[in-house]
Amino acid sequence: MSIELGHFALILALAIAVAQTILSFVAWRNPSEGTVAFVRQASLLQFLLVGAAFATLIVAFEASDFSLKLAYENSHTLQPALYKFTAVWGNHEGSMLLWVLILVAFGAAVAAFGNQLTAQLRVLVLGFQGLLNVAFIGFSLFTSNPFERLVPAPLEGSDLNPILQDIGLAIHPPMLYIGYVGFSVCFSFAMAALVSGKIDAAWARWVRPWTLFSWTFLTLGIAMGSYWAYYELGWGGWWFWDPTENASFMPWLAGTALLHSALVMEKRNALKIWTILLAIITFSLSLLGTFLVRSGILTSVHSFASDPTRGLVILGILAVVIGGAFSLFAFRAPSLRAGGLFSPVSREGALIVNNLFLASATGAVLVGTLYPLLLDAATGARISVGPPFFNLTFGGLMVPLLLVLPFGPFLPWKRADLLAVSQRLMAAMIAAVLITVAWSAVLWQGPSMAPIGFLLGFWVMVGSIADLVERGKIGKVPFAKSIARLKGLPRSVWSTALAHFGLGVAVIGIVTVSVYETELVTTLEPGQEATLSGYTVRFVEEVDLPGPNYRSERVNLTVTKGTGIRETHSERRIFVASGQPTTEAGIETFGLSQLYVSMGDRSGAEGRVIRIWYKPWVLLIWLGPVIMGFAGFLSLTDRRLRVGVPRRATNRTAGEAA
Amino acid sequence: MRRFALILLVMVALVTPVLAVQPDEMLDDPVLEQRAREISSGLRCLVCQNQSIDDSDADLARDLRLLVRERLVEGDTNKEVVDYVVDRYGEFVLLRPVFDMRTLALWLAAPVLFLVGVIAVLIRSRRRKQRTGSELTADEQAAIDAMLSDGGPDADLTTPPRKD
Repeated sequence: MSIELGHFALILALAIAVAQTILSFVAWRNPSEGTVAFVRQASLLQFLLVGAAFATLIVAFEASDFSLKLAYENSHTLQPALYKFTAVWGNHEGSMLLWVLILVAFGAAVAAFGNQLTAQLRVLVLGFQGLLNVAFIGFSLFTSNPFERLVPAPLEGSDLNPILQDIGLAIHPPMLYIGYVGFSVCFSFAMAALVSGKIDAAWARWVRPWTLFSWTFLTLGIAMGSYWAYYELGWGGWWFWDPTENASFMPWLAGTALLHSALVMEKRNALKIWTILLAIITFSLSLLGTFLVRSGILTSVHSFASDPTRGLVILGILAVVIGGAFSLFAFRAPSLRAGGLFSPVSREGALIVNNLFLASATGAVLVGTLYPLLLDAATGARISVGPPFFNLTFGGLMVPLLLVLPFGPFLPWKRADLLAVSQRLMAAMIAAVLITVAWSAVLWQGPSMAPIGFLLGFWVMVGSIADLVERGKIGKVPFAKSIARLKGLPRSVWSTALAHFGLGVAVIGIVTVSVYETELVTTLEPGQEATLSGYTVRFVEEVDLPGPNYRSERVNLTVTKGTGIRETHSERRIFVASGQPTTEAGIETFGLSQLYVSMGDRSGAEGRVIRIWYKPWVLLIWLGPVIMGFAGFLSLTDRRLRVGVPRRATNRTAGEAA
Repeated sequence: MRRFALILLVMVALVTPVLAVQPDEMLDDPVLEQRAREISSGLRCLVCQNQSIDDSDADLARDLRLLVRERLVEGDTNKEVVDYVVDRYGEFVLLRPVFDMRTLALWLAAPVLFLVGVIAVLIRSRRRKQRTGSELTADEQAAIDAMLSDGGPDADLTTPPRKD
């Protein structure tokens, strides 16, 4: 019964979304109070309805109600309660509804927090948000209905895919979706600006928190996914340039560019047209990320045909939303007035350079991801585009970007003296070189390109600290005064420095692991040991253990370094319902480095193939994004974003302080 | 189930319940083995998703790994080994696509995009300068702009640019 109520709630949400959209577009020029109120209430109501629909799925999954087809296909009575819960979105239909839930939640958030928007802008933004709701609630209802029943109800479900039975499924998809979908708000604001022709610094000020919010979640979501893949897949890879990863990485790159260009627009009223275009591109890439991959077109052109309706509807929605947005842009953008002037060497100029690199990098990833498909379709030739291609093209664009990055925050708005800024950064340059020399000496294993990577990473890290040192006048005024100055800095300054610092941290981690990782593949029997990079791994015993819904073959190991000894284990789990195996690697953390032990096939009577990796400083790869995510949240608490659009006077002081 | 692409495509496709390179495959000569690993990591496992034969546990990947090692033992150079594999399985096995007419657009996309961007920015700033009809340098223009838009203490050309 409750399943049908959920289904009905979703249908009702669709009807309300249709009404909201139509009313918004009819009445946006001169919205009456009633119109504004209706559009607002409609947004809030859709959130409640979709929330209720989603809740009915959760209830059914937790109760193992296998009369719900989705629960039958993706759950099992033996699954732990957490995985029964996460199984709701561990499949296409459920994850689609989660996506829709987050979409309507953002609509409701704009409705709830948009009191300072003009009535026109508010109605228009919610109109476009409503249009997206119609498209995606409709897609969910008509092609991916999660509420289908099975009669008679089976007694047992067929289990969630074992790989997904992990805490990662509870965190990674929701965060990623919040990131993806949050950009819909930027998109709707961009569309509203194009339709109304009104676009100014206040508009940018409105869009920036949404961009920041989405970007923060996308950053953390991608990092979480990467760490999940790292520990779950059993061979310690953390980034594969797989089409699905690229699909999430492209909106991140474009979103990062948007974050920076919106800054120029907010502070200097320039780069308006480009910012609008970026907002459209970012959300389009989010849609591509969610749907093109999901349609199966990216994996193989053939699996696309296996579900022609869904695939075609997806392509249709993408074509209408993206094509429509770009057409509107082409039609209206020329009428937008260009904004403030600035010299090429200035903060604005630096942010344009940032955008050039990030946009080209996005393009490189997009082309690399889609090219094999297009070539196959056009000529029938099949090629692969793998990590070597992306490392070369993407890396080629990132090196100069990292090189110029520390200059950005040092340059004043409007015009700057590059020589003077370089002089002020001289100490940071020297420090970066010294740290690189020390770091390389510690890790030294013979000549390699690694020091170049280290230098870039440390340069970005030291540069962002130098920014704070400069602003706090550390060493130039008494220490207590410096502290007071640092405390008085806007949080956005702190978050800029932190986010850039985090990027440098990630670079150091990536380079260190890529170059200095060591690996050992061997066969061990109980009592035997192997040594890698100073760590001795001893095969203690193999045991069979029962789990809640799996049985596990577990190898108990000890890891010895110097006098310290630790126990660890590596597992292979065979799931009862599906018979599918998963691996659980034994991972021991030493500082920020990890020893990663994976077990393989049996060898001989009691032996096992054991693969050991030493991954120096590997945790920096994810610590960096976590710092960036923290910086994002910090910036969101900045007073200027909390209080909305201030008057001109406060605006100027704030702008200068940054 | 497999349609839940975001996670699944990565995971289902890449999951390796057993390990890729097995001890019995490895060559005794560490230099040759190292070369084999290098070559393997650039060759795609044909039945997997975007996974190199070095990382894959598929039977076909194992066959290819053994083939690579066989050729190396017989004295082939790295290039000869790769060419041999490409002859048999086509360019699809190369994770790094070759640079030729068909992949021209692929390889040049990023640099061309970047150049187009740079040119667009230059043209725009130039056009804007012409529109204001001035022969001023960018710095002078910025200074005037500062005066016009601020009208505050900045409106003094002798004041050095704010260093905040």
